[in-house]
This record gives sequence, C-alpha cells and structure tokens, in this order.
Amino acid sequence: MNPNIYLHEFRIRLKSVLVWSLSVTGLIVFFFSLFTVFVDQAELMQELLKRYPPELLEAFGMTKMDMSSVLGFYSLVFLFVQLCLAIQASNYGFGLVSIEESELTADFLLSKPVSRVQVLTSKLLAALTSLSVTNLVVWVSTFVAITLFSGGHEYDPALLVQLLLGIVIFQLSFLSIGLIISLLVKRVRSVTPYAMGLGFGAYVLNAFGGLLGDVPLELLTPFKHLDAAIMVQNGGYDLPLVLLNVTISVLCLAAAYILYIRRDIHAVS
Amino acid sequence: MSIIEVSKLTKYYGKARGIVDVSFNVEEGEIFGFIGPNGAGKSTTIRLLLSLIHPTSGSAKIFGQDVTTNGPQIRRSIGYLPSEVYYYEGMKVLDLLKYSASFFEGDHTKRIRELSETMELDLNRRISDLSYGNKKKVGIVQGLLHSPKLLFLDEPTSGLDPLMQRKFFNLIREENARGVTVFFSSHILGEVQRLCTRVGIIRDGGIADISDIRTLQQNNYKKVRITADDLKPEAFGMPGVTNVVSESNTLSFFFKGDINTVLAKIGTVRLSDITIEEPTLEEIFMHYYE
Repeated sequence: MNPNIYLHEFRIRLKSVLVWSLSVTGLIVFFFSLFTVFVDQAELMQELLKRYPPELLEAFGMTKMDMSSVLGFYSLVFLFVQLCLAIQASNYGFGLVSIEESELTADFLLSKPVSRVQVLTSKLLAALTSLSVTNLVVWVSTFVAITLFSGGHEYDPALLVQLLLGIVIFQLSFLSIGLIISLLVKRVRSVTPYAMGLGFGAYVLNAFGGLLGDVPLELLTPFKHLDAAIMVQNGGYDLPLVLLNVTISVLCLAAAYILYIRRDIHAVS
Repeated sequence: MSIIEVSKLTKYYGKARGIVDVSFNVEEGEIFGFIGPNGAGKSTTIRLLLSLIHPTSGSAKIFGQDVTTNGPQIRRSIGYLPSEVYYYEGMKVLDLLKYSASFFEGDHTKRIRELSETMELDLNRRISDLSYGNKKKVGIVQGLLHSPKLLFLDEPTSGLDPLMQRKFFNLIREENARGVTVFFSSHILGEVQRLCTRVGIIRDGGIADISDIRTLQQNNYKKVRITADDLKPEAFGMPGVTNVVSESNTLSFFFKGDINTVLAKIGTVRLSDITIEEPTLEEIFMHYYE
C-alpha cells in the first residue's frame, strides 16, 4: 500500500461519497417515515396490493415482504438503498483504473517508483474506505429512522445488524465486478453508463429472474445473495449464497490483479 | 558504464508493429538523442523502458537492472516528461507537484520553487486552467523535481515558445553537467543537434543507425556550392555526387567520398565563389528515409 496514492484517491472521491451518503440518508429517512402510515392502514394496503398483478409485486420483492413489521418494511427501503450502493460501488469499480487511462494520468502515476500491485491495492483500499463512509451513514440513518418512526413496534435488532453487516460484502462484490469488467474491455470511455448498467442489470436480474423460468440466473446477482426480504423471512443469511457472493468477489479481485500487472498502458492514440 | 542497455527489444500491439529487435546502449552522463518521424517507435521504446507497456520479446536494463522485474526501484532515479502532458484536472499545480514529489524520498519543496521560477510557472493555478504550454512546464518541473539520475524526454519542446525552449535546454545542460544522463526523443533534428552527443535513428520500428553526432556529420555528405561562369552540371557527373541543382551561374550538390577528388575537379573551373558546408542533421536524416 502506498499512503500517497491512498490519500489522493480518497480525496478525489470525497464529493461523490458525500452526495451518495446524503442521498441514501434522504431515502431511508423519508421512506421509513411512511412506516406508521403503512402499519395503521396495513389491512387496506394488503387489499390494495392484491389487486396488482403478481408479476409486478414479485418485481419489487413485495410478495416476500410483510410490510406491517418494522424489518419487513425496512427490507423494502433497504432494496432501494442497495440499488444506490450497487451503482456507487460499480461506479468506483469501473473508474478505479480506467479513469486514469482515459484521462491519461496513468502515465504520471505509473512512471513513479511504485509497483502495479501497490497502485491497485492503494486504489482498492481507498475505494473501500469511501464506500465504508457511505456504509456507516446507512447504519446511522437506519437506526435514527427506526428510532424516530417505528412507533414503538418491536423488531429484532440482531437481524437488523445482520442485514446491515451484509452491506460490506455487497459493496465489495460490485466494486470488484466493475473493476474486472473495466480491465476486460479495451477502453472504458465513460464510467457512469457502465455503472448504471451493472447496478440496474443486477437488480433487474434478481427481480425478474424468477419469472424467466427455471434457469437460476439470479444466482449470479448480489441482490439475490443478500436479499433483505428473504433474510427477514428466514431470520438470517442464506449462507451458501453469501459464500457464493464472496467467492465471486475474490475471484474477480484475483483476476483483476493478474490483468492489471500485465496491462499495457497505451499512449494517446 | 551503460545506464541503459536495450537488447533485441520487440513490441507488437496485437499484430501492429511497435518496435522490432531494437538494441542500443546509453552511457552514463551523455545526452542521447533518439530521432525518428512520428510512428517510428520512439514513444514505444520509452514506454517499454518505463514498463508502462510490456515487451513481446527481448529485454532492457536500466542501471543494470531489468525493467520488467525491477521497475519500481529503477523509477526512483528516473524523471519522465511525456510528449503529451495530462494531469489531474481538478488539482492545483502546487498540489500536483507535491503529490509527484511525495513518491520520492526527501524534501523537494525548494527544488519545486526553483524550477517553477526558472520556467515561470504559476503554482497557484488549477491544472484545468492551464494552456498547453503551461502544462508542459508543469511536466518539466514534475520530471526534474526529485533530481533524477536519468531523464526521459519525449518530444519535450512541443508547445513551448522559443524563449522557454532555450531556458529548458539550459536546464537540461545544467542537469547533464551534474552527471545526469538524458534520453532525448524528438523528431525535430535541430534541437537534437544542439543538445545531444550521440544519436540513435529509429525508422519503421527498427534502429537505422547509431552514431556520434560529429561522425554522423563528418562521415556524411558535404554540401558544395560553387559559382562560376560557364558551369556545366554534366562536368560533375562523378561518383559520390548527388542532388545536383543548377541555377544560372550556381551549382550545388552533395558529395560523399574522398574530398580530394571533388576538389581536383573543382580546381579545373575558374570560380567566383565557393562554399563547402557540413550538412544539417535534417539533410543527413532525410537520407535514412529515402
């Protein structure tokens, strides 16, 4: 690890981290403030939901959710938080080395006395730190929102902590998948479309994967591996799926190191 | 001692040629010119030496160490000025230079001030607000601030006005006087001629010639120009004479070979004027590309 690169990388993402953190805070607090309304009108809500086509409910994971419990309702909020976190993490993953290459600052960095391993490790750790800041903000705003708006309804704090602990590996998986894709394609011209594509793609794959028939495509997406609604239903992690998620991340990272060490940094063409 | 030893270095980008079987040495303390037109492989060679790209075959050593395995150690004592300068747009010049300096041991603040004063670089501006020439100055300061032992300059003068070019050349000469070895890549031969002791000429991805800049000029063509009445161009149709141009009373040509033979021939004519010149590197250079 090189502390200079780490600090530099952390600094350039500071604004982005701030924006994402504020967004998820807003999302959590605003969304969860509706909880009491939901509970009061739970029966009415169930009636209403029955009239929606089951496919639509499935798509938003609502068939698995008990919206009248604190964690049931929170798992719906959490799904949208996950979507934000996925896009943020993919964004950092895709941009980790590709931005330097497309903005041609890679020459500057890699002609310094640092090895590629040092560069990639410092960048990864900086991105993980940035993501962890957002992660921390999610924790805080979740507890604040639940304390403020749960209206005295009981919930299992241990299960909530489990849910929140999953964020780290969720972020790591999108970071590493983004990174490996950016190293496999020849040149990433703009990071945002890729990140949106990966984030929404993974979400949609989980949401509609069940409707596509028997092919278990959804096993590929972190949204499935750390599906909050299912976790609330089952009272904990689906361990094999979590392991699958971690394995995918580790493989992507290992491959990323191999590819990055051998990568040719091209000049302006 | 050889600072750079390149042996049969080859790089293909897929099927496209980068460089093929390039071998040369750069000795300690010299300014080695590396000339060739765009696309000949100058930048490819430098990027290989900095291990920004990896060789297809062959090897290269700097300070006696292999560039592919000992890159980070080697780069501690290297300064690099790329042909196109791109830096983190949002940063201030001073912050960028500090970031650059942070990779090297020691305190380089004083050197940063000195260099930017010489190059008239405003340290408080944002990189994104700089003109191309000013970015180039950032590149120069950035490449020199850690007092490297070996400098790679890849077409360093583009974008600099003549005054700055001169300051830059003085700076390089000063560095060289302190024992710094310089690898100077360029397609502008005049500047190579002004600065370098030896040149390597690269063409279509291969080394066409490596020679002392003096021998290159001496062993090569002489430019002869004579003025006289009744000049017959056919009279100089002898071996070694090329590029004969006749203009009213003036005849000019290139000559290569024993100078006495051509002098004897000229002696037979009653001249009103004569000049015999060294060819410029430009003219020598064209010969490699004919």
